[in-house]
Amino acid sequence: MTNFTNFQGTDDYIVSEDLRNSVNVAVALGKPLLIKGEPGTGKTVLAKSIAKALGLRLIIWNIKSTTKAQDGLYVYDTVQRLYDSQFNHKDVADIKKYIKLGKLAESFTSEQQVVLLIDEIDKADLEFPNDLLWELDVMNFYIPETGETISAKHRPIVIITSNAEKELPDPFLRRCIFHYIAFPEPLMMEEIIKVHYPDLDKSLLTEALKSFYWLRSINGLQKKPSTSELLDWVQALAVGGISPKLIYEGLPFLGTLLKKNQDFDIVLQRAYSRGSFEGSRKDNSKFRNW
Amino acid sequence: MFINFLYLLKREGIPVSTTEWMTLMEALRKGMASSSLTTFYYLARSILIKSESNFDKYDLAFQKYFEGIETSDQICDQVFEWLKNYLPPLDIDIDFAAQLKYQLENLDLDQLKKMFQERLREQDSEHHGGSRWIGTGGTSPFGHSGYHPGGIRVGGQSLHRSAVKVAGERKYQEFRGDETLGVRQFEVALRKLRQFTTRLEGPKDVLDLDATISETCNKAGRLELVWTRSSKNAIKVILLMDSGGSMAPYYRLCNQLFTAVNKSSHFKALEIYYFHNCVYDHVYLTPVCQQRNAIKTEDLLRTRTSDYKLIFVGDACMAPSELTQVDGIIDWGMSNSEPGLVWLERLARHFHHNVWLNPIPEGHWPMTHGFYTIGLIKRVYPMFELTVDSLDQAIKKLMVRN
Repeated sequence: MTNFTNFQGTDDYIVSEDLRNSVNVAVALGKPLLIKGEPGTGKTVLAKSIAKALGLRLIIWNIKSTTKAQDGLYVYDTVQRLYDSQFNHKDVADIKKYIKLGKLAESFTSEQQVVLLIDEIDKADLEFPNDLLWELDVMNFYIPETGETISAKHRPIVIITSNAEKELPDPFLRRCIFHYIAFPEPLMMEEIIKVHYPDLDKSLLTEALKSFYWLRSINGLQKKPSTSELLDWVQALAVGGISPKLIYEGLPFLGTLLKKNQDFDIVLQRAYSRGSFEGSRKDNSKFRNW
Repeated sequence: MFINFLYLLKREGIPVSTTEWMTLMEALRKGMASSSLTTFYYLARSILIKSESNFDKYDLAFQKYFEGIETSDQICDQVFEWLKNYLPPLDIDIDFAAQLKYQLENLDLDQLKKMFQERLREQDSEHHGGSRWIGTGGTSPFGHSGYHPGGIRVGGQSLHRSAVKVAGERKYQEFRGDETLGVRQFEVALRKLRQFTTRLEGPKDVLDLDATISETCNKAGRLELVWTRSSKNAIKVILLMDSGGSMAPYYRLCNQLFTAVNKSSHFKALEIYYFHNCVYDHVYLTPVCQQRNAIKTEDLLRTRTSDYKLIFVGDACMAPSELTQVDGIIDWGMSNSEPGLVWLERLARHFHHNVWLNPIPEGHWPMTHGFYTIGLIKRVYPMFELTVDSLDQAIKKLMVRN
């Protein structure tokens, strides 16, 4: 079992058993780990945690809608070269000066093994993942302009996150280890909160969790509150000095959890029909679509 | 190894490739399942399954294949009673452990099982701290909180749940692709209406700056213009929704689709009209189909080019006369000089790219009260049920001419 590092999570990041397994499998097999999951379940933080736990440098490649696979390899700055040749009378014979390495190349050329996070791969063009197949498989690429081949000195640990905005191509998926971060169960969630706010009042936490999972159980919310929103909310409750027994009844600071107008109306209506809710009820008929 | 498991997965409809299977075999060779079924469950899942919508199918297949391997839970409750009053966990010094290990080295699982069954038969009371009976503490192979290099744990805490049990929970049922899902899933599906267009359609009318510069440089400074297609989405959509009474049960589902379509800002044009059961001379701008909000279907056909994609949403259930007869229209005080079916055919002829989405699950189509009209309309429009999987197919259909 060469290279079988045992990732256990870090003191500020709790991993479930199956996620820990997936990470270790990906590291041991040298394959990219593809992480999917609801927004706010800590996909991006995972890479940071892995880097921290294994004591490796983290390189982040943020993907935008305009990112191309080539950007991760290298960019040949032809404009600069043309400019230099015409106006600067510099020596432009050395093409290497105009080759700028991208994030992927950076992870290849690093002297130590690194963790490479390709964040939100689904933001890019549909062909993007396919364009990287070879590079991620063989961990090298060729620069025709200079005749150089850049190969990885140490195979980087590649973590890829996706919000499922686009379907990823099958050949790409075949080469990945896949993990879906399910939404944490209440018990797990309690642990996660304790990691962030160790001194939190026990009854406040219980009540907040109860309200939170009740909110999530409501059908038809456009944006269900997620872990990061819960963390904000819990902090708001603690700072605001809200009495625990008022949390489930009054749902204070609801704005930290819900981000959509329609969701507010749905929740207020449900809370009202639950019977315990004293807050004002807004007329929501005008928000209906038909 | 487990080759039948592969075929079982394939039978469940999970796309598993040989490459992935070989990767799993490599992982097993490296000892990564560490002889535990639970670890194997997660290991195989992370390597073979690439979408959470297949997790449930995987769970089912896993359950089927590994059923029976699970250690039985039906050890008589009596045993657990014995274990309730337990000794504190046993501390073992290394020498003693080695000695014990030597003694028991040759005990294999079958023997152990046999012994366990014998004890179950013979034992009639609590035992703690000994080396033979089922109890807590001590060095008997049976019980918990004790020490035995290869015993059977009965009760107590373990960090690992049985994998078959994990699979049996079927936690990922709601992620199945063939279930109807929320707004977001619809949105993702609708986004595919773009993916087929960017590269196929449109003239090459935008200057590709990067390629131009690069080509110019290759030509040593002589200007070389490179043109490319604009990456704008050229898709135009007309959505026609049934707002009739029989659609009421599907209100939520249609509402989700409606929200998703509305949120999809990537269409070049999006027009939404309503009708009541079937389209005749008029379509309506609001769900309450009133004359003052009507526009002539004829005008729609005349003013909208045929490259609009036409999406019908409706249950297609009505009285056959509403489709086939003059004046078959359901609303009082209205008349139609041509049968509804003629209008539907006319629309389909004009808008070549068309689909009909039906909120009624496909399996129920032959059995609903509207089976006859569903059949008639299906002959004109390719009909899909309103699930995410089906919507995907419908959208693929929309991209090719019928």
